[in-house]
Amino acid sequence: MKYYDKLIFELSKEGRCGFSLDGKASEGYLESIIPQALARGSKPRLPEVSEVDVVRHYTNLSQMNFGVDTGFYPLGSCTMKYNPKINEEVASMSGFAALHPLQDEESVQGALEVYWKMEKMLSAITGMSAFTLNPCAGAHGELTGLMIMRRYHLLRGDMKRTKVIVPDSAHGTNPASAAVCGLDVVVVKSKENGLVDVEDLKPLLNDEIAGIMMTNPNTLGLFESEIGEIADLVHACGGLLYYDGANMNPLLGVVRPGDMGFDIMHLNLHKTFSTPHGGGGPGSGPVGVATRLEKCLPGPRVIQAEDGKFHIEHIWEESAGRVSSFMGNFGIILRAYAYILSLGKEHILNAGKFATLSANYIKESLKDCYKLPIERICKHEFVFDGLINDGARPASVAEDGTPVEAVAGATTLDVAKRLLDYGFHAPTIYFPLLFHQTIMIEPTETESKETIDAFIDVMRKIAAEAAENPQLLKGAPHNTPIGRPDETQAARHPILKYWDC
Amino acid sequence: MLDRVGLPSLEGLYSDVPERFIYSKEYDLPEAMTEQQIREHFEELCSRNSKLKIFAGAGAYDHYTPAVVPYLASRSEFSTAYTPYQAEISQGTLRYIFEYQSLICELTGMDISNASMYDGPTAAAEAAMMALSCTKRKSKVLLSETLLPQVREVVRTYAGYHGIEIGMIAQKDGQTSAEALAEALEGGDVAGVILPSINRFGIIEDLSGFADAAHAAGAVAVCYCDPSALAVVRTPGEWGFDIAVGDGQSLGLPLCYGGPSVGFMACRKDYVRKLPGRIVGQSVDAQGKRCFVLTLQAREQHIRREKATSNICSNQSLMALYVTIYLSLMGPAGLRKVNEVSAFKAHSLREKLLETGLFENVFDKPFLKEFVLKPLCDPNKLHKALLDKGFFGALPTEEGYVSFCVTEKRSAGDIDKLIETLKEAQL
Repeated sequence: MKYYDKLIFELSKEGRCGFSLDGKASEGYLESIIPQALARGSKPRLPEVSEVDVVRHYTNLSQMNFGVDTGFYPLGSCTMKYNPKINEEVASMSGFAALHPLQDEESVQGALEVYWKMEKMLSAITGMSAFTLNPCAGAHGELTGLMIMRRYHLLRGDMKRTKVIVPDSAHGTNPASAAVCGLDVVVVKSKENGLVDVEDLKPLLNDEIAGIMMTNPNTLGLFESEIGEIADLVHACGGLLYYDGANMNPLLGVVRPGDMGFDIMHLNLHKTFSTPHGGGGPGSGPVGVATRLEKCLPGPRVIQAEDGKFHIEHIWEESAGRVSSFMGNFGIILRAYAYILSLGKEHILNAGKFATLSANYIKESLKDCYKLPIERICKHEFVFDGLINDGARPASVAEDGTPVEAVAGATTLDVAKRLLDYGFHAPTIYFPLLFHQTIMIEPTETESKETIDAFIDVMRKIAAEAAENPQLLKGAPHNTPIGRPDETQAARHPILKYWDC
Repeated sequence: MLDRVGLPSLEGLYSDVPERFIYSKEYDLPEAMTEQQIREHFEELCSRNSKLKIFAGAGAYDHYTPAVVPYLASRSEFSTAYTPYQAEISQGTLRYIFEYQSLICELTGMDISNASMYDGPTAAAEAAMMALSCTKRKSKVLLSETLLPQVREVVRTYAGYHGIEIGMIAQKDGQTSAEALAEALEGGDVAGVILPSINRFGIIEDLSGFADAAHAAGAVAVCYCDPSALAVVRTPGEWGFDIAVGDGQSLGLPLCYGGPSVGFMACRKDYVRKLPGRIVGQSVDAQGKRCFVLTLQAREQHIRREKATSNICSNQSLMALYVTIYLSLMGPAGLRKVNEVSAFKAHSLREKLLETGLFENVFDKPFLKEFVLKPLCDPNKLHKALLDKGFFGALPTEEGYVSFCVTEKRSAGDIDKLIETLKEAQL
């Protein structure tokens, strides 16, 4: 990766344009139809650049980026799988890309069939009864799921249920989604072993509880073994169980959330179903529900008539409402649909298991260098709590009497930054908040043993470097286009657009 | 690998899962397909979709996507990257988001833009919640009747759960009524008003005095706009609005049956701490080199948890890249041209439609690429007659009108054929 220091605006030369359009006939037409009072007052300062300027600029920008196609991401809770290329190709076929979202049903039967089959396949994989594919991201799915939960209680006249239980290890999105959905958050504690404390949960359950949000395996990568009992307790108080699908990958082909008693769940197609992360989106967050909640799904929805034709049901009385423009990120749904077809009923059986094996293998290979706070079989991910030997040394006096300054130890941040020098993405760090030096590692099933061994070697090398010379890590990364950015300055003196510079 | 883990088989990895939860049946899925089979399957699915000549908009616009846009955006360094939390190896993503924010500010006339949102309607819903958090102890948001139906519905959905009361502002002659707005603001309980710049009839609304009226009542003024048109029509900034939202799809994104699209959201600088979503800012690295980072993260949901006023924790980054590349290619002249050619063709279609004697004029208001007419026959029959000949147009509206939209992609020949089709149809 090489440093390239231009912004597109800096390439601008007045009068250049990277696009041509035949417009002689309409020359000067706008002046005749837009009254002065409704017209834009000044020419927008968009870049004026040629096509080749644009191509070189964005090619140069791309070369400062790391992606799954560049290297391995051991990024906990993010499931950075390889993104198969056939999925990209089929999703951009013009027979899909040129469809207007309001086109008549008879003209989009192929597209509607994808929705229908995708819903059925996700239901088979998760043990839920029906899905909506309309939410555009995981957090959007989570919010949609909570809307369904509230709608369900309200339809039954159960107005008191305004609280939702969230474990202290939960992703930050859980409480945020609850708050946006108008629910109050009640926190349930984790035990020493990282699992939800069932004894702490019991007194929280009453007729004001709308439900509980669980991530299983949880954010420590541990399977909540007492989920059966938790489901019984929550259901007994009239609440519903929400499954945060962020950590679905280790269960893919092994365990179905519906069978564990979950009533509502979301999936992240960009995690479990291999669609590219796109540098932060677009993703897709389908929401699945148990039979009794099906009527509360958001609209529009695809249904199949007896003659096999597909129709769109737009909105109905019990529906939770409408959560996006049309029917979600169709282009992403196409990719995930292709992925499931390539797995099929045979290969899906290996997906979760191989991901889990890789995570346990890394954990066992590194636990003599990094603190393992919870000794247990993990699922697709696990956490370390920093280095065992961080290289810290107290101030001392040398034999000749000269004072030797204290040396600060290498932190989790330093380890993460040093990994970048070796061509790996950093793991997720300082999350979950249960430990101080959390390093959360998730390898996924798409990495070979050789790649994983290379990662392990580098992690061991970094641990040795830390013990020897923590300063080397503190200065890292050394081999990237830029060094550590000054985040404080960015926040204190915000420069948020080109003209602020 | 199992040896190192100390297990005899893969099943042992799930010894902590109660046995009754291990799924032992066959998954109800098709057999695995090879790459070739997948391609053939998708081709077959495509054959059951009709590629139509699009003469409709209603929130999704068939503008031309220059070849360079998907060519560059599909570079896997962009598409397979994660969220740019590790700034040192994400300068590509961070730089184009910074450029995107700059471009959105320039188009909307606002000071600050976030890194993008899911789509236009959810951006409008976020603006409604933002208005609430900007104004203490107020709980009502007003929506113009002239907003697109999907915008009204999504805002209503969010509002219902978030404890926001929704009030509607009536339209008069195809434009948001100033009198109705003044009346609705009287209660003093209004946190925000959301009005379109170009409305669902295609009309360029005259928003003179609207932002002032909202401000005088202590409400936040939000403008929903078509960013493509902002190259030529008065901007939310020029109208004095506080927040601009909308859907970026019209900036060269393929229709793709409605998604992925990209929502945008920009505001005046005094609201920066209330703006949801990611924001990229400029800084320097340890050696003083210019660099870009995600910034002002204290606003974001993963920090605020249950105190959050938005739960968004991603953006539609790759689609923001589409927008950025598109706008770079177009420049001010190109984007103006797109508007000019589209408007010229749309006006020509409207004239020809009126000449057929099958329609009546409804509104005499300025418009660009989209307009409505009142059909003198059954709107559904009219729509169907076009569909049978491969045209998607004459979309029936709530009022029994039909709407049309023409972009630069439609030729004069396409327009003539559409007219011929109508003349020949038994309506």
